[in-house]
Amino acid sequence: MVKRLSTRYAKSSALKLLLAFSVVILLLALCPQFLPRFFVYLLALILISGLQATSLNVALGYGGMYQFHHAVFFGIGAYTVSIMLMKTNLPPALSFLAGPMVAALLGFIMGLICVRLSKLYFGMLQLSLGSLVWIVVFRWYSFTGGDDGLHGVPVPSLISSVNGSYYFALITSIVALFMMYVILNSPFGRILQAIRDNPERSEGVGVRVKLHQLVTQVIAAFFAGVAGVLFVTVEGSAFPDLLSWTLSLEFIIMCLLGGWFTFLGPMLGAAIIVSLRTLVGVYTEYWTFALAVILMLLIFFLPEGVLGYFQRFSPVPEHSPAEDK
Amino acid sequence: MDFSTSITLNGLIQQFLIGLSRTTILFIVSSGLSLVLGVLRIPNVAHGSLYMLGAFLCYTIASFLGASSLGFWLAILLAPLVVALVSLAVERGLFCHLYDREHLMLLLFTFALMLIFGDVVKAVWGSEYRSLSPPEVFQGSLSILGMPFPKYNLFLLCAGPVVAFALWFLTQKTKIGKIARAAAVDRDMVAAVGINVSWVFASVFVIGCYLAGLGGALVAPTQNISQGMDHTIIMEAFLIVIIGGLGNVWGALLGALIFGLTASMGILVWPQFSIVFPYAAVVIVLVFRPKGLLKATW
Repeated sequence: MVKRLSTRYAKSSALKLLLAFSVVILLLALCPQFLPRFFVYLLALILISGLQATSLNVALGYGGMYQFHHAVFFGIGAYTVSIMLMKTNLPPALSFLAGPMVAALLGFIMGLICVRLSKLYFGMLQLSLGSLVWIVVFRWYSFTGGDDGLHGVPVPSLISSVNGSYYFALITSIVALFMMYVILNSPFGRILQAIRDNPERSEGVGVRVKLHQLVTQVIAAFFAGVAGVLFVTVEGSAFPDLLSWTLSLEFIIMCLLGGWFTFLGPMLGAAIIVSLRTLVGVYTEYWTFALAVILMLLIFFLPEGVLGYFQRFSPVPEHSPAEDK
Repeated sequence: MDFSTSITLNGLIQQFLIGLSRTTILFIVSSGLSLVLGVLRIPNVAHGSLYMLGAFLCYTIASFLGASSLGFWLAILLAPLVVALVSLAVERGLFCHLYDREHLMLLLFTFALMLIFGDVVKAVWGSEYRSLSPPEVFQGSLSILGMPFPKYNLFLLCAGPVVAFALWFLTQKTKIGKIARAAAVDRDMVAAVGINVSWVFASVFVIGCYLAGLGGALVAPTQNISQGMDHTIIMEAFLIVIIGGLGNVWGALLGALIFGLTASMGILVWPQFSIVFPYAAVVIVLVFRPKGLLKATW
């Protein structure tokens, strides 16, 4: 009885949700027509950070893995496309595909080493592997431009203008978000959440825990690479800070802020943080202070994030492991 | 550059000693981090900020007291104490409410602290570089096997073992050290026998942060004091703690040796990539021993 009610509810709510998304997408598509250039650029940055945070959340919120250094995949995606566009004559489309692929490959290699461990040890191991990648990029002047980074990347003219890069980012992130949504709601995604909630029991019923975690690493790294490629189309440059640990922590904050047990939470978190940085950053150079205070209040009072908090009052609550603790 | 002629025995020894003095700083900072991680289970990202704060305070106190060497020694003494006081306030005010949270939350919370400390330092000291000269006794350099070696680094080489001994004495021989080690293993049991665990945690946290401040104060005369010091040191300290084994103070020593020496020896082999060597060493260690070289406390 309860089940039937909830599916009926789910059907009507899915319709409403679809409608709401169509409206949002339509609004986002129309934005460049009436918003000033700066805000279009800001929106593109929000979409990219949101995509990156969502890809992080695949591993962090849904997989329960302490993804401490997710920015590495973002940065590698950005560097791959920049280097291929600048130093080879291959068709640009190939470079754009190569970014996510190389990121996924790195995710596979790092995942192979990291998934042997779990929780804090997993995070620490990923942190050390990621910092090795970062320091190599930081130092390899002849190939990556060292600490200066690569500037003036020749992005194809169709997507290099403010509006062009915005539409490219919008379409790509919608497709990527849809793909992640499908993956997370497939049997694979369900098993992943089962592993998060109880790895021992999952193993007991015959789930290959480490294999699922490894695949998750590759998926998360792939979409982070997509976000990295989009970053290059918007900014036209890549620099070592894209792989820095503090950026990784910032992405984790986005997930936490929006709600890391919800699908769209990280996007919301990214919107809050990127706007905060850009808008408060105009008035004061101490915008990180505001971020820190928000973060502290969040940890004290809203550990499930903004969306997670409101979801608690929705009629069909999604199960969140934070309540188990 | 021809490698076979550029590496001489003297150069090797010189780099070894420079690496050892860097190791001293790394050990002091990362042992504090390890202590906090081992007993309180807080991955304290703000540890590097306390190191930076120690360096800036040392600079300010020393320049306030004048250029005399007495001022310098007082600064080395006072700066870590001020850092310890700050950390006591933070622990009693904020952390003691959060001990039962997940590691990820604690990590992000300390990251928020790191951002705040970073902004405070920016507001108080501005963004330009500061430098502090060592007291007259340790100015200049003396020659070891024909190679110049800064006298101040010799002082650092002596400070390292002193701190290591003090830590050993504190954790193995004193009552609070014994209680802290017990609390690291099973805090509920320690509380059950009637010990106020909260205050044990507070003292361990303060000692750990004192070490961060001490590291910062000691490093002040050897490099530019600037913002961003916190970012580099916290990364290195974390890696050292990871390869040493979480919470193991001797692991921190071992890790600091590996990290400090590979960096300084790397300069002889491949100067451009010298900084890459310690990171590569960390990864190699972790591929074979993912939980660190020595036994973690938890």
